[in-house]
Amino acid sequence: MAAVPEHLAKPPKKPFLTPINRRRLENFKANRRGYWSFWIFMVLFVLSLFAELIANDRPIIASYKGEILFPVVVNYPEEKFGGFLAVTDYRSNFVSDEINAHGWMIWPPIRYSYSTVNSDIPQSAPTPPFWLMDKQQRCKAYPKGADDPNCIIGNMNWLGTDDQARDVAARMIYGFRISVLFGLALTLVSAVIGVTAGAIQGYFGGRTDLLMQRFIEIWSSIPLLYILLIIASLLPPGFFVLLGIMMLFTWVHFVGIVRAEFLRARNFEYVNAARALGVGNWTIMRRHLLPNAMVATLTFLPFILSGSITTLTSLDFLGLGMPPGSPSLGELIAQGKRNLQAPWLGLTAFFTMAIMLSLLIFIGEAVRDAFDPRKTFK
Amino acid sequence: MTAPLLSVRDLSVAFHQGDRQSLAVDHVSFDIAPGEILALVGESGSGKSVSAASILRLLPYPAASHPSGEILFDGKDLLRLSEPALRAVRGNDITMIFQEPMTSLNPLHTIERQIGEILELHQSMSGDAARPRILDLLRQVGIRDPEKRLRAFPHELSGGQRQRVMIAMALANRPKLLIADEPTTALDVTVQAQILALLAGLKREHGMSMLFITHDLGIVRKFADRVCVMTGGKIVEAGPVETIFADPQHGYTKKLLASEPRGVPPATDAAKPIVMEGQDIRVWFPIKAGFLRRVVDQVKAVDGVDLTLRAGQTLGVVGESGSGKTTLGLALARLISSKGRIGFIGQNIDGYSFKQMRPLRDRLQVVFQDPFGALSPRMSVGDIIAEGLKVHERALSAEERDSRVCWALDEVGLDAATRWRYPHEFSGGQRQRIAIARAMVLKPRFVMLDEPTSALDMTVQAQVVDLLRDLQSRHDLAYLFISHDLKVVRALANDIIVMRSGKVVEQGPAQEVFAAPKQDYTKALLAAAFDIKAMNIGGVSQ
Repeated sequence: MAAVPEHLAKPPKKPFLTPINRRRLENFKANRRGYWSFWIFMVLFVLSLFAELIANDRPIIASYKGEILFPVVVNYPEEKFGGFLAVTDYRSNFVSDEINAHGWMIWPPIRYSYSTVNSDIPQSAPTPPFWLMDKQQRCKAYPKGADDPNCIIGNMNWLGTDDQARDVAARMIYGFRISVLFGLALTLVSAVIGVTAGAIQGYFGGRTDLLMQRFIEIWSSIPLLYILLIIASLLPPGFFVLLGIMMLFTWVHFVGIVRAEFLRARNFEYVNAARALGVGNWTIMRRHLLPNAMVATLTFLPFILSGSITTLTSLDFLGLGMPPGSPSLGELIAQGKRNLQAPWLGLTAFFTMAIMLSLLIFIGEAVRDAFDPRKTFK
Repeated sequence: MTAPLLSVRDLSVAFHQGDRQSLAVDHVSFDIAPGEILALVGESGSGKSVSAASILRLLPYPAASHPSGEILFDGKDLLRLSEPALRAVRGNDITMIFQEPMTSLNPLHTIERQIGEILELHQSMSGDAARPRILDLLRQVGIRDPEKRLRAFPHELSGGQRQRVMIAMALANRPKLLIADEPTTALDVTVQAQILALLAGLKREHGMSMLFITHDLGIVRKFADRVCVMTGGKIVEAGPVETIFADPQHGYTKKLLASEPRGVPPATDAAKPIVMEGQDIRVWFPIKAGFLRRVVDQVKAVDGVDLTLRAGQTLGVVGESGSGKTTLGLALARLISSKGRIGFIGQNIDGYSFKQMRPLRDRLQVVFQDPFGALSPRMSVGDIIAEGLKVHERALSAEERDSRVCWALDEVGLDAATRWRYPHEFSGGQRQRIAIARAMVLKPRFVMLDEPTSALDMTVQAQVVDLLRDLQSRHDLAYLFISHDLKVVRALANDIIVMRSGKVVEQGPAQEVFAAPKQDYTKALLAAAFDIKAMNIGGVSQ
């Protein structure tokens, strides 16, 4: 056996992306709309991940009697500031005066969290956005009227309040975050399950395939909504309960394409060659077949993601979704429907949904085109 | 010399991909006289098909373009003709038949409709008026019982019949020039001989010219009047067939003419140990029908084959497509289930499960036909070759595995540095070497070679045949060599099995079978393969 010459022992430095992936990236970038949508969506999503620093009823940093405090992350009891409650209400005049007298605090741009009730609303809730009122009117509820030190931009409701006097802008930011996170989690989990199931069906074929296909047909004909109604009466609805129930039904979307890919590819000669080498079934599926199916799956992901978000929103709209009080776009739509005299509710929910879903669809289109080997760009 | 019918002058074809431009055809000129058969010969990628397709402007424009040249036909420059004017030429004065009869016909239309469409387009004949002409055409191309075939769909016809229908469509408007782009490459040798005889006869009757594109020099010698040899997008040599074959001038032509697989198979040695043995091997696929899926009949893909294969020997299995030769190989390699005893190095493996087979798989290897499909495109060459080692020799360290891979690449004549590269960077011949290296790295005793040379160019074919013979003599390998190409089998096999419809027609030492075939079918096969002669023996498929 020949010894390996020194210069051949080490592989050449591999480029980060294989040529085909580089081509796909180029194609993705060439689709200006999709590429920009991707960056806009990423910026919005990353910003919403830090929603606590953008919209919160606690200061980000405060200095009190020479001590630097981080109320955003640490729960200081009110005793610290001379009160008696377990949770400090930094918005109350008592606490804020106390802190301002002995130091300073830096507030987020919006001084409301999703559940904060604005006690200084000028009229009965829902109140319109502050820029629809003049200064006198919007500061009406503060003790000193327009001259009150608290009647500042951070305390204004940029998009108005809902019918429980909660800030719509804050609820929108948190609602966006939870929608996207829910969609991502649901998509990823159901992709894992669906790809596995499709791979097993496609690879083994025959009776396995037949039985699983019939099972899926029956399974997917179960009406999701009724199942949710029944389960909602048994289990307390919440993020993970909803995720679990919806996951039971969304994984079937992936089975078809992955199964087809595996059915097609399992008779490829290199798969036969691997079988002739004695390579085990699972290794063949993972090493030789899965990469083929991943292209189809990846192409599908953005559309499943937007579908998941829509489903969550519609459940919330019907009142079957997230527990009451949680920030949700569906609940906002429901409020808009109940309060037609307050169009800012419905419009906010509409534009948030429309922009989010459009961005996702644009990204999905660009991904799909980038993976299309026949697609040529100028 | 009379004025040429078609005159291609200084033709170039360029393909654009992104900012890159590649010249597929590089300033090519040739003439075709009336009633002449001109052959364009060359290996894949030499630009011969692209040249022919540009005559009718069938290339994917605007990805393709013609930086230079003109194609004169009837005093008109086809490259500059308007699209409607060109359509009047296509299918009328100049027609084309393609390589793949399986996909050249529309699977949803009947034969009558497909031929009728051309008549309707160019002669405004339709319906009942066209039917006599269609029947006449089908009769001309030798379709039996054309009345019954009118309503047939392409899937009801065999490959040879489909190619005949394609020819009928091409002849429908009595063209002056027929462009045939490898019309027989996808067909069995016996069918190929019939189709070529048909084309020669039609050419004589109608006095049409033909541009014949092929890579098979045997066909050129039998069939063409003049030949142009193409390589790398250029015509390197042109002239009458006799002159070129007798006295080739250009180095490439000489290489091409010398590229017939040659050499002698290993000597038969009855003292060598038996590696692979089969007795009465049967592979039957049940045909099920009805609600209860009862088995109503069996497709006998392999029906009672006996064979013995000793170390260092090659058993050639020949036959037309569908004769069950690959199925036999797969059954012996235990990749499909079969009946009958299979003995492999002293063990009866016919009842073994996939798990039980696994420890034996390192000594029983398979090389597949298509070097493009047999290598996973997402794995580096080193990973591909090392895959079997990871299953069978788990004890090896990464360095040991790497040195085994290098050894295997060295065995098949490839540079060990290539193991970091990916299959798409290699040519067909190199890929087949990689596939052989993948089998060799496990040090097998028996290798099943399923048409390992048929997807390769002639010159590469000869190299692979030499490589296989060299490996065999060094490692005392037993080969089961499956091929429809009798020339390659003659160069490799010392024993031969001729198969037809799953049954053995003739079996024996290769020399005897080639020199004095006993069965009529074997005679017809040999005549078609070596002399390209159609023998009208009952039952040779049409």
